[in-house]
Amino acid sequence: MYQTNYVRASSTDDAVAKLDDEAKLLAGGMTLLPTMKQRLASPETLIDLADCGLAGIEDLGDALKIGAMTRHVDVETSEIVAKSIPALAVLAAKIGDRQVRNRGTIGGSIANNDPSACYPSAALALDATIHTNSRDIAADDFFVGMFETALEEDEIITAISFPKPAAAAYAKFPNPASRYAMVGVFVAKGDSVRVTVTGAGEDGVFRHAGLEAALTSSFAPESVEPVTVSGEEMISDMHAASDYRAHLVKEMTRRAVAACGWP
Amino acid sequence: MEKMHVKMNVNGKEVDLLTEPRTLLIHALREELGITGPHVGCSSSHCGACTVDMNGMSVKSCTVFAAQANGAEITTIEGLGSPDALHVLQEMFKEHHGLQCGYCTPGMITRAYRLLQENPNPTEEEVRFGIAGNLCRCTGYQNIVKAILEAAAKMNEIKESA
Amino acid sequence: MNEATPPKEERTAALSGLGTSRKRVEDARFTQGKGNYVDDLKMPGMLFGDFVRSPYAHARVKSIDTEKAMALPGVHAVLTAADLEPLGLHWMPTLAGDKQMVLADGKVLFQAQEVAFVVADDRYAAADGVAAVKVEYEELPVLVDPFKAESDGAPVLREDIADQTEGAHGPRRHPNHIFTWESGDREATEAVLAEADVVAEEMIYYHRTHPCPLEPCGCVASMDKVNGKLTVWGTFQAPHAVRTVASLISGIAEHNIRIISPDIGGGFGNKVGVYPGYVCSIVASIVTGVPVKWIEDRSDNLMATAFARDYWMKGRISATKDGKITGLHCHTTADHGAFDACADPTKFPAGFMNICTGSYDIPTAYLAVDGIYTNKAPGGVAYRCSFRVTEAAYFIERMIEILAIKLGMDAAELRVKNFIKKDQFPYQSALGWEYDSGDYHTGWDKALKAVGYEDLRKEQAARVEAFKRGETRMLLGIGLSHFTEIVGAGPVKNCDILGLGMFDSCEIRIHPTGSAIARLGTISQGQGHATTFAQILASEIGLPAEDITLEEGDTDTAPYGLGTYGSRSTPVAGAATAMAGRKIRAKAQMIAAYLLEVHDNDLEWDVDRFVVKGSPERFKTMKEIAFASYNQAIPGVEPGLEAVSYYDPPNMTYPFGSYICVMEINVDTGTTEIRQVYALDDCGTRINPMIIEGQVHGGLTEALAIAMGQEIAYDEQGNVTTGTLMDFFVPTAVETPNYQTDYTVTPSPHHPIGAKGVGESPNVGGVPAFSNAVHDAFRAFGLTQSNMPHDHWRIWKTAQSLGLHD
Repeated sequence: MYQTNYVRASSTDDAVAKLDDEAKLLAGGMTLLPTMKQRLASPETLIDLADCGLAGIEDLGDALKIGAMTRHVDVETSEIVAKSIPALAVLAAKIGDRQVRNRGTIGGSIANNDPSACYPSAALALDATIHTNSRDIAADDFFVGMFETALEEDEIITAISFPKPAAAAYAKFPNPASRYAMVGVFVAKGDSVRVTVTGAGEDGVFRHAGLEAALTSSFAPESVEPVTVSGEEMISDMHAASDYRAHLVKEMTRRAVAACGWP
Repeated sequence: MEKMHVKMNVNGKEVDLLTEPRTLLIHALREELGITGPHVGCSSSHCGACTVDMNGMSVKSCTVFAAQANGAEITTIEGLGSPDALHVLQEMFKEHHGLQCGYCTPGMITRAYRLLQENPNPTEEEVRFGIAGNLCRCTGYQNIVKAILEAAAKMNEIKESA
Repeated sequence: MNEATPPKEERTAALSGLGTSRKRVEDARFTQGKGNYVDDLKMPGMLFGDFVRSPYAHARVKSIDTEKAMALPGVHAVLTAADLEPLGLHWMPTLAGDKQMVLADGKVLFQAQEVAFVVADDRYAAADGVAAVKVEYEELPVLVDPFKAESDGAPVLREDIADQTEGAHGPRRHPNHIFTWESGDREATEAVLAEADVVAEEMIYYHRTHPCPLEPCGCVASMDKVNGKLTVWGTFQAPHAVRTVASLISGIAEHNIRIISPDIGGGFGNKVGVYPGYVCSIVASIVTGVPVKWIEDRSDNLMATAFARDYWMKGRISATKDGKITGLHCHTTADHGAFDACADPTKFPAGFMNICTGSYDIPTAYLAVDGIYTNKAPGGVAYRCSFRVTEAAYFIERMIEILAIKLGMDAAELRVKNFIKKDQFPYQSALGWEYDSGDYHTGWDKALKAVGYEDLRKEQAARVEAFKRGETRMLLGIGLSHFTEIVGAGPVKNCDILGLGMFDSCEIRIHPTGSAIARLGTISQGQGHATTFAQILASEIGLPAEDITLEEGDTDTAPYGLGTYGSRSTPVAGAATAMAGRKIRAKAQMIAAYLLEVHDNDLEWDVDRFVVKGSPERFKTMKEIAFASYNQAIPGVEPGLEAVSYYDPPNMTYPFGSYICVMEINVDTGTTEIRQVYALDDCGTRINPMIIEGQVHGGLTEALAIAMGQEIAYDEQGNVTTGTLMDFFVPTAVETPNYQTDYTVTPSPHHPIGAKGVGESPNVGGVPAFSNAVHDAFRAFGLTQSNMPHDHWRIWKTAQSLGLHD
C-alpha cells in the first residue's frame, strides 16, 4: 500500500471541496482497499464519506431512495426494502459475506461499476436515478463501460432512487472463488420488462434487448427459450468462457422470472 | 505522510495511537497494540482470520484503515472471555473440536459471537451462511457449525434461566 | 491396604489414554487468541523483509537498480544475488537434490520468483522499497507445457545445468529433463497387456494445486553476533532438517543454530521446504545485526512457495473378460516447475507413486515417471499426502472406473473382484511394496450397505430414464473410491531426505511427583500432537495424559527427528513415543521390584502400577515409582526416570478406506450438489476418535476443493491466473457438506501400538470419490474421462460435449 493521507469530510460539499485529481473518495472501501494493497491504486488522499450523512433508506411512495453510504447489510435487512422491492434485499444479501456487507455501500458499488458487481444490474433494470451533488442521472446514461460511469471528477453520488416495480427478481451465479457475479441477471417488470446482466459483459452491466422484448410480450420463464443470447461481447476468463456465460444469462433470466412469481 | 491520532476503545480500554494514515486496523491491533489474536490469512478480504467486532458489527480488519476506526469500539477475541470465565463459544469450540491449527479460530469465534447476537436461534443453514466470510482449511466446518449451534442453545438456556 | 484401589476400568479412564476422545490441550490458547504464530513475534529492533518478485515467467535480468529504494526512509538494505554470491548463498540445495536460486541469478524462471530482498523498518516501508527497486528484464520464450519441453526449439530453462547429462536421480536426456524413474517390470507388463482380453487406456491428469494453509510461510531470523548463535523461528514442518540444511549451506556450526517452530497455522506440506525467504532473512540478520522478519502474503504463497500435484499419468490397465485385472502400465510426465523442489525421500524422486496398484491384486505392473522443468513455481510437495500417494490413488481409482466402463461392469463389483484379500497380507505388490495389513472387503461391504448402494444404482438408472424423457435436468453420480495409502516414511534403509534418515524420536522425562514432559522430533500444525501423543504415553506409562506435557519444534531441546508430513508423525514419532514409554516402564519395573522386594519377573503391569503376581494388594503405582526413582538409593540403578527412543520403522504403514460420494449434477449450469459423503477409514489402532474424525472432515474438504475447483493455473505466458483467493477456490461453510464417518480397525502388525496414521487419507481417498461421482453421473451418456477440477464450467462443457444440451 502506497503512502496516503486520510481525511474525513463533514458533508458532501466539504468532500467536493477536498477533492482534487490526486484524491479518491472512500465509501466502504471493500474494493478500494484491496486495490490499494495491490498497489493498483495510489491516491494521495482518501476522503472518507462516512460522516457526510449519506446513509439511509427512504420510502418515497412510488420509489425507494437509498443513500449512497447505505451499507449492503442495511438494504439486506431493511423492512422497507423487503416490503417494496424485495429483490433488492435479496441482491444485497448475496454480496460477498456478512463482514463485507457490513462495510460495503451501495454508492461505492454503483460508482465503481465493477463488471461483476451486483448493484449496477439492479439500478439499470429498475430504471433508477442516480442522484449526485450536482444533478440526477438516469441509470441508462450512468453506466458507461467497465469501471466507467458518467460521473464527473468532482461529482459524488448522494443517493439512488429505485422506482418500485410490479415485480422484480435477481438471480446470481457466483464465481465459486470470489463469490462475485460470474453472471447476474436482474429482471424488473413494470409497463415493460427490463432485463440487465452483470458479470458477463466486456463493457460492464448491460440491458438485453432480446430478452426484454420476449418477456415484455410474455412474462414467463419459457419465453426465454427462443431468444438468442450471443456470447460475442462477453467476458472469457479462466472461470468461464463467453459461450458459457451467454448460456448462464438465459438460465439466470429464467430463474429470475420464475422468482418474480409470474405472471 | 504525517502520522495521525486514532482513538479507539479496544476490548474496553481506551487507546490513542499515533500511526500512518495507511495503517490497516489489523496492523494497528497486532503490531502497535500487541493484540495478536486476529490474524492475517489472505489480505484480500476473503479469509476472515482478521475478523473483529467494530461498533457491534463483524468486520475484516485487514480491509479497514485504522483511521476509519477512529472513535470506534473494537472487540477482538481477547475481549470475549477470560481464562477463568471463557465465553460459551470458546467452551463449545473446545468441546466439539471446532478448531485444529487455531489460525482461523479467533476470527471465527469473533464472527460467531456477533452472529449469535444477530440471530440467537440460527438454523444450521443460517450458521453456515453467517460464517461464509471465514475460511477454515483444517476442520471442514462441520464441528465449527456444531459448536456454534450448541453455543446458541446454551446461551439461550442461560438467558431463560436468568 | 488396597481396598481403595479403584477398578481397572476406572483407573484406565482416568488416564485418558489410547482410544479416548480426549479434548485438546491446545485449544485453551487458540480459543483465547493466545496462540503464538511466527508473525506474532516481536523483538526489539526487528526489521521486516519483503521480496521484489519477477513479473515474468522467463526473462534475463539485465540490471537491478536499488538506489532509489535505498534512499527511502526506513529502508536498511536491499539484497540481490550479487550480495549473496560471496557467501555462496545465491543458490541453495532443494530437498530433492536439485538446487534453487535464492535470488535471481542472471535470469528468472517463473513468475513471482524472488529477485531482491528489501529490508526495512516495517512491512509498509519494505513494500515501499520493493516498489522502488527498478529491475530491467529481457523476456525469454516461455515453456509452460511439459510435453513441449523436449521438442525442437524449446527454450532451455536451466542454463546452470544445461550440459549435465547426469542429475541427482540418474541420466538426463535433455536440458529440460530432470529424471526418469522406473518401478516394476516393463517387459512383463507389455507382454501381459499385449495378450489381454481387455485393455483400457487413458490419460489421467491430476492438475496443479496448492496446500494454501491459512497462515502463509514466514520466519524471524536473529543472528546473535556476541554469542555466535543463530536463532530462526519459522513455519517449519521439519525444524531439525532445516537446522541441518541451514548449517550445511551457511557454514554455521549446527550447535550454533537453533530452529524453532512456534504454533503453525496449517501446513499440509506447504511448510516442508526451505524457501528463499528463510535464507534471505538469515543473511539480512547477519548483515544488519538485528532480527529480521519475513512473512509472505497470500499471493506470494500461492505463486511462489510449494505447489502440489501436476502429474500427467498415462495409464493402461488390462483384464480378463470377466474382470480379473492382469496388468497395469503407467507413464507419468511430472511438471516440476523451474527447480526440482519436491520433498520426497531421496530414492523416490516421484515419491511413492509406485503405490499406484492401489488396493488391487495386480500381478504385473510397470511405472515410469519423467520429471520435467517448466517456467512455473517449484514444489511438487505432498499436499496432505504421503509423497505422490494422492496422485497414485487418483490414477488407479480412475483407471478402475474406466476399466469397468470398458468391461460393462459395475465399478463396485470390479473392485471387489480385484481387492487384495485379507489372507494375502502381508502383501507383496508388483511395484515392490509390502502392504502390512488390510481387510478391504469388510470395510467395502460396510460402506456399500451404509449408503444403500443397490438402491442408489436403481435410483440412478431411473434418473437417467427420466432425463432421457425430458423430465429432469439433474443427473445422479455415485462416486466410489477405495484407497490404500502408504505412510510413515520411513525405514532408514530406503528413506532419507538429503541423506538424513527418516526415523523419528521421543524423549521422556518423568518428574518426581509423577508428571512428565515428552519431547518429539515432529511438529504439530493443527493435528493436536500435544493431546494425542500424551494419550499414547498415558497408556504406556500409566500416568494421566493431563499430567504429561508435550513439546516439539525447538531444536535445542527436542530430540532429532524428520518432522511432520506424509502422515508420518503417528507411524514414526508415535512409535518412538510408545517405545520410549516402554523403556520408562522397564526401569520402573526394576524400581518397583526393589521397593516390593520381589524379582522383576514377579511383577505384572496393571494400568497404572506394577502388581506382585498373585498378590493384588502388593503394588507400586507409577507415581510412587517416579518419586522413588529420584529419592531412593537403589543398588545398581541410576537415579531419575528418563528415556529416549529413536525409532526406525521396519516398514511403512498402509491405511485404507472406502469412500462414497453421492452427487447431484445440474446439466444446464454444471453446478453440483453433494448429497452424501460417507467415509470409512481404517487407520489401525485409533488413538483419539474425535481428532481422527476432525482430520477426516478437514481432509475431505480439501479433497472437495481440489476435485471441484481449486487449481494453480497458468496462461501461455506463464502468468499465474489464480494467484489470489479471488480466483483460487477455497470452500466456505456454505458449499461444504456434512460428512458421515465410519471405521474398521486393522492394526499395523509392526507398529508398537498398531496405529497407521490418518491425516492424509481423506485427501487421498476423497479426491477420487468426488471426481468419480462426476464421471459416474455421465457414464450412461458415454463419458470416460475428463480433467479435474470439475468446476461448473468444465462440467457444463462435458455435458455439452456429450450432446446433453439442446
